[in-house]
Amino acid sequence: MTAALDTSVASASLPMTKALNAGLRRAMLDDPRVLLMGEDIGPLGGVFRVTEGLIAEFGDKRVLDTPLAESGIIGTAIGLAMRGFRPVCEIQFDGFVFPGFDQITSQLARMRNRHEGGLIMPVVIRIPYGGHIGSIEHHQESPEAYFAHTPGLRVVSPSNPHDAYWMMQEAIASDDPVIFFEPKSRYWPKGEVRFDESGTPLHASRVVRAGTDVTVVGHGAMVSVLLQAAELAATEGISLEVIDLRSISPIDYGPILNSVQKTGHLVVTQEAPGFVSVGSEIAATVAERAFYTLEAPVLRVSGFDTPFPPAAVETHFLPSPDRVLEAVDRALAY
Amino acid sequence: MISPTGEFKPNAAAEEFLPYLNRITEADHRLFYRDMVVVRKFDAEAANLQRQGQLALWVPSHGQEAAQVGSAYATRPQDHVFPSYREHVVGMIRGLDVVDILRMLRGVTLGGWVPEEHGNFHLYTLVLASQTLHSTGYAMGMQLDGSTATGNPEADQAVIVYYGDGASSQGDANEALVFAASYQTPQVFFLQNNHWAISVPVARQSRTPLYLRAGGFGMPGTQIDGNDVLASYAVTAKSMDDARAGHGPSLIEALTYRVGAHTTADDPTKYRDPEELAYWVARDPIARFRSYLKGLGVEQQFLDDVDEEAADFAADTRRRALEITGPEQSVIFDNVYAEPHPLVAEQKAWLERYEASFDEGKN
Repeated sequence: MTAALDTSVASASLPMTKALNAGLRRAMLDDPRVLLMGEDIGPLGGVFRVTEGLIAEFGDKRVLDTPLAESGIIGTAIGLAMRGFRPVCEIQFDGFVFPGFDQITSQLARMRNRHEGGLIMPVVIRIPYGGHIGSIEHHQESPEAYFAHTPGLRVVSPSNPHDAYWMMQEAIASDDPVIFFEPKSRYWPKGEVRFDESGTPLHASRVVRAGTDVTVVGHGAMVSVLLQAAELAATEGISLEVIDLRSISPIDYGPILNSVQKTGHLVVTQEAPGFVSVGSEIAATVAERAFYTLEAPVLRVSGFDTPFPPAAVETHFLPSPDRVLEAVDRALAY
Repeated sequence: MISPTGEFKPNAAAEEFLPYLNRITEADHRLFYRDMVVVRKFDAEAANLQRQGQLALWVPSHGQEAAQVGSAYATRPQDHVFPSYREHVVGMIRGLDVVDILRMLRGVTLGGWVPEEHGNFHLYTLVLASQTLHSTGYAMGMQLDGSTATGNPEADQAVIVYYGDGASSQGDANEALVFAASYQTPQVFFLQNNHWAISVPVARQSRTPLYLRAGGFGMPGTQIDGNDVLASYAVTAKSMDDARAGHGPSLIEALTYRVGAHTTADDPTKYRDPEELAYWVARDPIARFRSYLKGLGVEQQFLDDVDEEAADFAADTRRRALEITGPEQSVIFDNVYAEPHPLVAEQKAWLERYEASFDEGKN
């Protein structure tokens, strides 16, 4: 058994996988109704090892290795939530969530509404997502817009280990269903996790780098791309303000609108295809609410409106720092 | 157990279930009969209400009364019942006011009742077989919180889930059977094979009798004459006992027939052979049980009283259905989320302002 991480210290440098593991463990210690369900999450610890050691510590009544059936996982999690449990389901890869899509959108998302408030649906669905890992089909996708489009769901995505630790606990504590997108290309880089202070609220967006010329917004793995772009831009004398969206539904527009008041320029970014996307929604809302402060159209930098391509060409598909800067230049030149 | 002509003639396969009939008395037999007659009358009245524009849709249960009444009486108060959307009398037996069902079909609610306050009879689920997984998860919860298989039949809990021959083809029904077998849930899958999924006959759903599928999942399956209320009671009673006692899940296939349309939007004359319908009407569950009761010596007065009670029940239901009032517009926004949500809150406030704007200047 892997020794449980010591979270009594003030902070530690951890990869996101271990931060998520610590967040899950903390939630399980705090509330005996929290249980984990998913494929290979028991002795193996999940294909990304996020649940490593938890079955040894909490037993197979708290960590349920399930049959290989996503609709079954979500559907039985709904029944368990009706019974008073707080299930956290692991979907193995982004592209494998769709067999469970009906239970998520037609059942989980609406169960409280259908019961006229008579019950809560505290179910978290963890989905490792996104590209940059050179993998095969169905293993690199960004399906968050499908879920953000569904009333009744909350959708979040941490970009760093500290947020991952706290947002996981906040998602589990939520009485609403939360789709928790984990950017798998950010699973392994280490970052400081502070155990002694609670995080930013689950649905708050946050400025992660202050700037004055152009506001750039993204979530999950895009945040590190945006920070790289900001470094590059700075060498050319362009100041980017980087906002980590953190929550995709609802979207916290406060920091975005404040930033646009200052910069007058907005570029929204995502790995997902841009058509009918989270970025489109932000562009429309900012155009409605900050029309007179915008000095240029809101621009989107997205994956293309194609299936995620073979990994050999994924770097041409995924928004890179250079593609972000191309949009920044266009916005400033407008 | 009861022949189509109403004689008590249990076959060899029925033998192991006969002791369960000792749990019920003639008074229970009368109750079974009464409920079957009342729900059929209610069912006809609800269809009338739909024809008159008072309901958006009606889902008839005509022909399936014995399967539903027998199985419902085999449950105990502590059990949980997950219906599909045609189990009106099961709800009635569990303590639901059937007008609550009409509220949903009248379009004033998406649900209609609080399960825990109505005999643990859960809400109707309109996407076929979705509820099978919810019921299996719920039964897993009973195991995890220690509410079943303690050895106390008065307290031990189990789940019964209703679905049909059409739903048996859905992935969810099959995944529920996999999970139930895997975790050995305290659960009975009650499959009403009414032979038709709207216009598609059961032969298109399955090349094998549906109860045989249970064996493939690793649980016992029993096929019953679903138009025999005593068979439905006895077999379900045994299966629920086994589930409560920790012996795992099982499947019952109740062979019955959807005498009416799938819903009031359907026209079965376009796809069904009238001879098939006549065959099943001749095996009507109520007529059969009436003959059986008469054979027991039940007096005509009782049968007449039940008919009168059913007519009164239907009339009262009609009256109260017409009194159902619609919800406030705020129901659009309420309970979408348990915790505050800015987008929904903004839209709720906007709609109120927008609609109030039409009143300005009227005074």
